[in-house]
Amino acid sequence: MRNFAALIKTLDSSNKTSVKVEALTEYFLHASDPDKVWTIALLSHRRPPRPVNTTLLRLWASELANIPLWLFEESYHIVGDLAETIALIIPDSKEHSEKSLSEYVGEMIALKSKSEAEKRLYLHENWQMLNYYERFVFTKLITGSFRIGLSQKLMTRALSKAVGIDEDVLAYKLMGDWNPQKITFQKLILEEKSQDYLSKPYPFYLAYAIESEPENLGDVRDWSIEHKWDGIRSQTIIRYGEVYLWSRGEELITDKYPEFQAFVNVLPDGTVIDGEILPYKDGRIGTFGDLQTRIGRKTVTKALLQKTPVIIRAYDLLEWQGKDIRNHPYEERRQLLEELYDAVKDLGLPLQLSERFDMESWEAVTEERMKARELNSEGLMLKRKKSPYLVGRKKGDWWKWKLEPLTIDAVLTYAMRGSGRRANLFTDYTFALWQDKEDGSRELVTFAKAYSGLTDAEFRMVDDFIKKNTLERFGPVRSVTPALVFEIGFEGIALSSRHKSGIATRFPRILRWRTDKKIEEANTIQELKNMIR
Amino acid sequence: MKNKLLVFNDKGIYCAQADVYLDPWRPVKNAIITHGHSDHARFGHRYYITHHYNIPILKHRLGDIVVTGKEWGETFTINGVTFSLHPAGHIIGSSQVRVEYKGEVWVFTGDYKTEDDGISTPYEAIRCHTLITENTFGLPAFRWLPQAEVMQDINTWWAQNKAEGRTSVLFGYTLGKAQRLLKYLDSDIGPIYTHGAVENMTEVLRTIVDFPPTIRITQETKKEAFPGSMVLAPPSAHGTVWIRKMTPYVTAAASGWMAFRGARRRRAIDKGFVLSDHCDWQGLLESVKATGAERIICTHGYSDIFSAYLRELGYDAVTENTQYEGDEEEISVGDEKDAEKKEEL
Repeated sequence: MRNFAALIKTLDSSNKTSVKVEALTEYFLHASDPDKVWTIALLSHRRPPRPVNTTLLRLWASELANIPLWLFEESYHIVGDLAETIALIIPDSKEHSEKSLSEYVGEMIALKSKSEAEKRLYLHENWQMLNYYERFVFTKLITGSFRIGLSQKLMTRALSKAVGIDEDVLAYKLMGDWNPQKITFQKLILEEKSQDYLSKPYPFYLAYAIESEPENLGDVRDWSIEHKWDGIRSQTIIRYGEVYLWSRGEELITDKYPEFQAFVNVLPDGTVIDGEILPYKDGRIGTFGDLQTRIGRKTVTKALLQKTPVIIRAYDLLEWQGKDIRNHPYEERRQLLEELYDAVKDLGLPLQLSERFDMESWEAVTEERMKARELNSEGLMLKRKKSPYLVGRKKGDWWKWKLEPLTIDAVLTYAMRGSGRRANLFTDYTFALWQDKEDGSRELVTFAKAYSGLTDAEFRMVDDFIKKNTLERFGPVRSVTPALVFEIGFEGIALSSRHKSGIATRFPRILRWRTDKKIEEANTIQELKNMIR
Repeated sequence: MKNKLLVFNDKGIYCAQADVYLDPWRPVKNAIITHGHSDHARFGHRYYITHHYNIPILKHRLGDIVVTGKEWGETFTINGVTFSLHPAGHIIGSSQVRVEYKGEVWVFTGDYKTEDDGISTPYEAIRCHTLITENTFGLPAFRWLPQAEVMQDINTWWAQNKAEGRTSVLFGYTLGKAQRLLKYLDSDIGPIYTHGAVENMTEVLRTIVDFPPTIRITQETKKEAFPGSMVLAPPSAHGTVWIRKMTPYVTAAASGWMAFRGARRRRAIDKGFVLSDHCDWQGLLESVKATGAERIICTHGYSDIFSAYLRELGYDAVTENTQYEGDEEEISVGDEKDAEKKEEL
C-alpha cells in the first residue's frame, strides 16, 4: 500500500499533467503485476465490491476516534469526503502495515461475506496501521468511490509509456467488461487476443462547446447539422449474434434496456452504432426526467417498460461488416448508416435516425437551433462532413452549440459553507423570487440552490458579506439579509409539488452577480412560471 | 443574570464599566488590540492599547496612531476594571486580554495557538470564569504535526527543488506565517528572497526577533538569481505576473487549511504544508480545560460545532457573532496590494 499511496499522493498534490504522468509511468515500471492490474482498474473506475456500507464506516470511525457520531458527521460535512474525513480524524499509531495494494484489495473482497463484528475489527486494526495518506487510500477503496485527479486518458498515456503499446490500442484493451480479480497483467495488457474484443466498444468521440460565432467555422456547406438529443449517449454493438450496449461512461448497460434485443438477427453482425438512448412514447421524445426512471433500475419490470419505452436515435456508424470504419469521412459513414436504416425501418425496431441537415446558410442553422427547446433537444451538433471519428474530446471537427440557458434574477437568502475545496467559504447559496401575498405585500420565496458560477474572488466577497450579514443560523445554514441579486441560469423548468415555489429547475447555476440591481428589481415567481411552455 | 462584564455589540467586544472595546471592528474611543492582523487591528480608534511588541506593527500598518504599550502581565485599571495582556502564541505580540471586575474574571483569547513556535511568546492558559475563544480550526479533522517535522518537510522540499534547478515559491501571510517560515528555513540550502510586502513586515520585526538574512525582490533582481532559491511571498502573489520571473518554479502554501486535499487543489498550488498559527482541535480543548472556565463564548471559525461539543462535555457554551476572520490565508495586510503593484511595474 505504501507505494500506491505515495503514487496517489503525488497525483493528488501536483496540478501539472507532466508530473502526474511521469509518476504513474514510474509506478507502472516498478509495481508488481497484480498491483498494476488493480491500479489500472481503480483509475478506470473499476473497483472491488463495497464490503461495508458508509453508515457503519462512519459509526466505527467515530468510535475509534473517540468522538460522538454527530461530531463526525459535522466534520464529514465540512471536509466533504468520507475517506478524507476518516483519514484526518483517526490518529496514526506506531505499528505499520506493509501489505500491498492487491493484498488489501483481496482482503476487502473477502471481507464482504464476513460478520459485522469481524468487519469492525478489521477496519479498526487496519485504520491504525496505516499513515494518513494510506488510510485515505484504503478507505477510498472501501467506499468504492475512487476518484482522483487523473483521467483515464492520462492513465492510459502513462501505461503506454511504461509498456510501449500505442495509447489508442490500450484505450481499446481497457474498455469493456474485464474483471481485475481474474485477469492478469499479461492477459489484459500484453497479450493480443481478438476474441476478447467481442463486446468492446470504441472510445467515444466527444465535442467541445463552440467557442465563437458559428460563422467562424467557415463555409456552412462543409458542415452537417443535427440536434443534440438529451438522453444517454451510447454505442450499440452487434457481433456474432449478440447485442452489447455501452454508455458513454463505458458502462455495459445491455441488461437495463431489453428493448434492444430486437436488433439480434435483424441488424447484421459486425455493426456498431453511435446513438442516443431516448424515452419515446406516443410519437414524441420524452424529457430526461422520464429517462431517469429507467437509469439506475437494476430490474426492469414490464410495467416500467410500458410506462417509459426507449429507442435509440442513431448518429453515426463506427463498424460495418466487421470493419472499423472510424477513419472514413463522416458523410460516408452516415451514408452507410442511412442505407442500413432504410433497410430495416419498416420492421418496427426501437431504432430511429437522428435527422441531419445540409444548410445553405448559418442563418438557417441559427433558426434550426431555435426549435431545440420545442423538440426537447439541447441544441445543435455541428459535424464536419469530412471528419473521421476521433477518440475522446477533440477540437476542430465536431462542435456542440447548445441553447442559451433560461435566466432569471433572484435574491440570495440562505448560504451554507462549501465542502472540500471550499470548506472555508460560504459558497452554497439558496435563491428566492418575489411572490405576492394576500395583503398586497410581497415576500421572497425560495426557488433554487446553486453552487457554481462565480470566480474565487467573487466567492470571497460574497462570503465576506454573508459573515457580516447573518440573520440566523440553522446548523450549517445561515439566513442572510436579502441584499444581493444574482442572475441564475437553468436548462429546464417544470411544475413541481415538492418545491415550495411550485417549480423545479434543471441545472441551476449562477451566471453573474448583478451588483447593478436592487432586490426590489429581482424577478417574481409568476415570471418564472410564465417560462413553462 | 446581572450586567455582563463583556458584551458583544455592533462595534466589537465591549466592557461598559470601563468604556473599553477589545479588537473593535468599528471606530471607538478606547481599543485594546490583541494583535496586528487586519481583522483585529483596525483603523480609526482614538486610543489604542496593546502589547509593546505590536506598536511597530500597528504603526507600520495604521500610520500615526495614539497607542500605549504594555508588558506581559502588567495590570492597568480603568474605572475599577483591571486589565492585563498575556501571551497568545499566535504571532509576535499576540495577546490574550484578561479582564477582572469585583472578583469576576473574563479572558478573551484573540487568535492563539498552543504550540511554542519559538518566535511568538508562548501561549499561557489564564484561569478565568468566562473564556471567549476563537475556533478557526475547531473540528476534530484538524490535527497539527509538530512544527519541527513540518519545517523539515519544507526544507527537504526546497533542497529537492534546488536539485532540479527550480525556484521554491512558498506562500504564507505577510505578518506572522512568513516570519515563522523564515525563522526555520535552512539558509545553508540557498538564498532566501522575499516579496516586498513580506520584506517590509520582516524589517519591522527584526528589531524583536533574529531572522536569517533575506534579499528583497526588486525590478533589478535578475531572473538568473532565482533557480535553487527560496521565495517567500504572500498568498495574493499566486497567479500574478510578478511570479513569472521565478520560472521554472514550484509553489507551496503553508496554512492549517492545507490539511484538506480540496483546499490545496482549489489554490492550484503544487504542495501544501499543514502549518497553522491557530489551535488545532486538541489545542482548543486543552486550553479550554486549562483555564478552568465554566462559561465559554465561541467566536469565529467552526464555533457552532465547537460550542455544541463543549455543551455535551458539560460546559455552558454559546456562540457570538464577530467580524474576525481567522482565515489564515485570506488575511490581508494593508500594504500587500500596494507592494504588489510596485513590484509589477
